[in-house]
Amino acid sequence: MTELLSMGFFQRALLAGLLLSVLCGVLSVFVILRRLAFIGVGISHSAFGGVALGFLLGVDPLWTGIAFSVAVALLIEWARERGRIEEDAAIGIFFAASMALGVVFLHLSQTYNVDVFSFLFGNILAIGEKQVWQIVGVTAAVLATLGGCFKELVFISFDEEMAWVSGVPVRALRSLFLVIMALVVIVAIYLVGIILVSALLVIPGAVARNLSGHIRTMVVVSVVAAASSTLGGLLLSYGVDWPSGATVVLLLSAVFFLSALKKRPGRGPAG
Amino acid sequence: MSATSAVLISGLTVTYNHTPILDDINLDIREGSFAGILGPNGAGKSTLLKVILGLIRPTRGEVQVFGESPDRQRRAGMIIGYLPQRPLTNPRFPITVLDVVLMGRYGQMGFLRRPRAADRQIARENLARVGIDHLAERPIGEISGGEQQRVFIARALSVRPRLLILDEPTISLDACGQDELYGLVARVKAELDLTVLMVSHDIGAVATHVDDIICLNRRLHVHQPPPIGRLALENTFGCSVEYLFHGEIPHRVVRVHDD
Repeated sequence: MTELLSMGFFQRALLAGLLLSVLCGVLSVFVILRRLAFIGVGISHSAFGGVALGFLLGVDPLWTGIAFSVAVALLIEWARERGRIEEDAAIGIFFAASMALGVVFLHLSQTYNVDVFSFLFGNILAIGEKQVWQIVGVTAAVLATLGGCFKELVFISFDEEMAWVSGVPVRALRSLFLVIMALVVIVAIYLVGIILVSALLVIPGAVARNLSGHIRTMVVVSVVAAASSTLGGLLLSYGVDWPSGATVVLLLSAVFFLSALKKRPGRGPAG
Repeated sequence: MSATSAVLISGLTVTYNHTPILDDINLDIREGSFAGILGPNGAGKSTLLKVILGLIRPTRGEVQVFGESPDRQRRAGMIIGYLPQRPLTNPRFPITVLDVVLMGRYGQMGFLRRPRAADRQIARENLARVGIDHLAERPIGEISGGEQQRVFIARALSVRPRLLILDEPTISLDACGQDELYGLVARVKAELDLTVLMVSHDIGAVATHVDDIICLNRRLHVHQPPPIGRLALENTFGCSVEYLFHGEIPHRVVRVHDD
């Protein structure tokens, strides 16, 4: 164990995993309260198109991934605002289209290889120093932003119309939140991959919803659930030689099922 | 009573998908008055409120709230206290009563700022004013409908508004709760020197409590109560309204009176 912890690659993986779980833990509370779980799935899968474009152009897939996810997030918001199409339909269309684009890009770039596989399913144990710094940067920026407009985000999650009447820039905040989600999705791909990243956006907040009755304790519970599952998952995956990302998500799911056994706070006997 | 206008509307038309919702509305609500808006479903009552709140832009015409456009008032976040028709869209939202009332202060606090002692003081005062100070730390979803309505009135008052707008404030309350609520609104109006604008279905209550009755069905009629005539009500509601007029206040007769 100590031997494992002294290895550079594992230290990097632990640091990156912890930062990402703090990030996803905080964000996840809002994803649950604002019912954005499906948007999370949409944004993360659409990142595939961007990552594949990165392979095709030979640039860092991080940047093309961010560009793609942010674009899709804002397109979904735009479609919602125009009101011509239901939001869930818009999400379904945009994410299928960008995944299809990704497959075509990969075909054109002739690199359907291990690199792609680790983007799809995560490979935190192979993370390099550069990626750790990217994660540090995104974590600092996102946590500072969320901290700065925490009360406004709570307000628009609670009652958007009332927030609007009170002079809160609701539209700007909605878009900002989607951009933040896109950023977090892209860096969290290092941990669990495109396919599983929405688990990190949804499950910690859902666990916190089960265990806590106030939004501030929810944030703490959510971060603890994400961080402990990530640490436990990394150690377990190394011990039994399972894929690390999938192990983290399985552990997180187990935590959720355990938390669901507890009666929800703030709920009467009749449900 | 001051002679200035709290809300001044001239030539207001709002269309949605080429259908007029509001048609050439002219209205002057004096500062310090209590105005009630009556009208059937789909008459444009909520639309009129939303125009005054700056949520909907007029297709034509002009709206001023204390001499400024509603949008500017909204951005400044200082003038209007608003009680929406269904304030609690997510009953299990994990915040306390005090958190909800503090939201009334957010418009004046700005980003990066957390509620200060002064903001908490204002929120506490308003909880006490509506008589539910003891519920401050309870989750918002765990108190009764009538108590929730008081919470949202306390939030509206925490804006420290000059104009209080209530959209169907009694719709989810039983008869006793309705009377209490009207009494409460009248009391805070007097205490805080407010102008109050209330939308309601409840013709009897509106006629009892307000200074001006605004009958709205796409177009507008203003009356001084009481009494408002049967013809006026029928013009507004577009069907014969089963109200009898005896005594001072028109009211709906469900059973034959003894007198």
